[in-house]
Amino acid sequence: MSSERLDIRTSDDVVRVRQLTRTLALKAGLSLVDQTKVITAASELARNTLDYGGGGFVLAELIEGAGRHGVRLTFEDQGPGIQDVEVAMKDGFTSGKGMGLGLGGARRLSNEFFIHSKPGEGTKVTIARWK
Amino acid sequence: MAANVGTVAELVGNNEQTILPEWVGLQKKSGSLQTGRITEGELLSQSRDFLHLLRDGLAKGGNDAANPAYGPARQLLGDISRSRALQGFSPRETATFVFSLKQPLFNALNRNTTLSPTQAAELTWSTTLLLDELGIYTLEVFQKSREEVIVRQQREIAELSTPVVKLWDGILALPLIGTLDSQRTQVVMENLLQTIVDTEAEIAIIDITGVPTVDTLTAQHLLKTVAAARLMGADCIISGIRPQIAQTMVHLGVELNVVSKATLADALAVALERTGRAVTRLKNSVSGSGAHAKLSEKGQ
Repeated sequence: MSSERLDIRTSDDVVRVRQLTRTLALKAGLSLVDQTKVITAASELARNTLDYGGGGFVLAELIEGAGRHGVRLTFEDQGPGIQDVEVAMKDGFTSGKGMGLGLGGARRLSNEFFIHSKPGEGTKVTIARWK
Repeated sequence: MAANVGTVAELVGNNEQTILPEWVGLQKKSGSLQTGRITEGELLSQSRDFLHLLRDGLAKGGNDAANPAYGPARQLLGDISRSRALQGFSPRETATFVFSLKQPLFNALNRNTTLSPTQAAELTWSTTLLLDELGIYTLEVFQKSREEVIVRQQREIAELSTPVVKLWDGILALPLIGTLDSQRTQVVMENLLQTIVDTEAEIAIIDITGVPTVDTLTAQHLLKTVAAARLMGADCIISGIRPQIAQTMVHLGVELNVVSKATLADALAVALERTGRAVTRLKNSVSGSGAHAKLSEKGQ
């Protein structure tokens, strides 16, 4: 299936990521609650890419498997990376000024969550939400 | 070598009668008049004025577009660009003004039999560079004007979308609409806090029915606004939390330590109660008509 790439450089791009996610979620036929969940997760991760990763991009695609549809989003940046992913996933942890709920929240809002980060190399987060 | 840009200046001056109609014709062909945003007369006078200023620039400033001799030509291009940006011309339509001058100008160069082919080629090249520079300049001005429009609209949106509404004595409502990015949140906070001071409000209802996504940043902004209002002696109620937003916030792990209600009506009922008031139905009202309600005040 075709995928769409969107750069995340400014806070306006975060809005664009949400809009793109909404379009895909509608196409995948997600319920209103699931749409809202995946859009919110996308918003969190896009903002992380921007604020902590120093900008990057998202790859958004419609996915199909076992007779159902879904949305998959991959956020990638070449920022400083995360020192300890396990700690960063904990609620309340933040290296910035946020609430420290973004990463853990995004995991709880998604059906699939995959994170890979290496200090000095960047971070890659993939989430999927199925119908 | 006899062929310098002064030659081009002379050429432009002597051949205006052929260059101008050809140029205007090309502009019309590329659709400059189609949208009806400028008239043929305007296009003709803009073209003629520019041609004159270009001739002056060529005569005094050579082919260096940065030379002060091109000041008036740039000024005119800037004005044309700005007005076209505001009139809704596309960048292509705007840049075509300068770029479409190349063909008639080069035709005139080629018709000039006193120039050797090498000279003609040299002059064509230097004039190309000059017109490219001026064309890029029109695009820069165009872009800048469009950005100014966008900035102005952003400011207008920021102001428009954050009205603080007085619902009752001491009760304010802040209906939020759209994205809560940090810049607008700043305006929202200031408006709300100022109105709390002005109206001596006790309760402020923040309605988020019009906010499509509540992520942690939005929640953080909301909580900061609530905290600031509390410091000023006003309690906040958050209303308009739709089911999907409520579920998402639970998963996200965000806790709003504020009284929250599903609808603005519920929030108003709470606010009235807290300020010692209640809405009751009139006894003799026609059945089914909810409009006949009375607000009763408890003795305070």
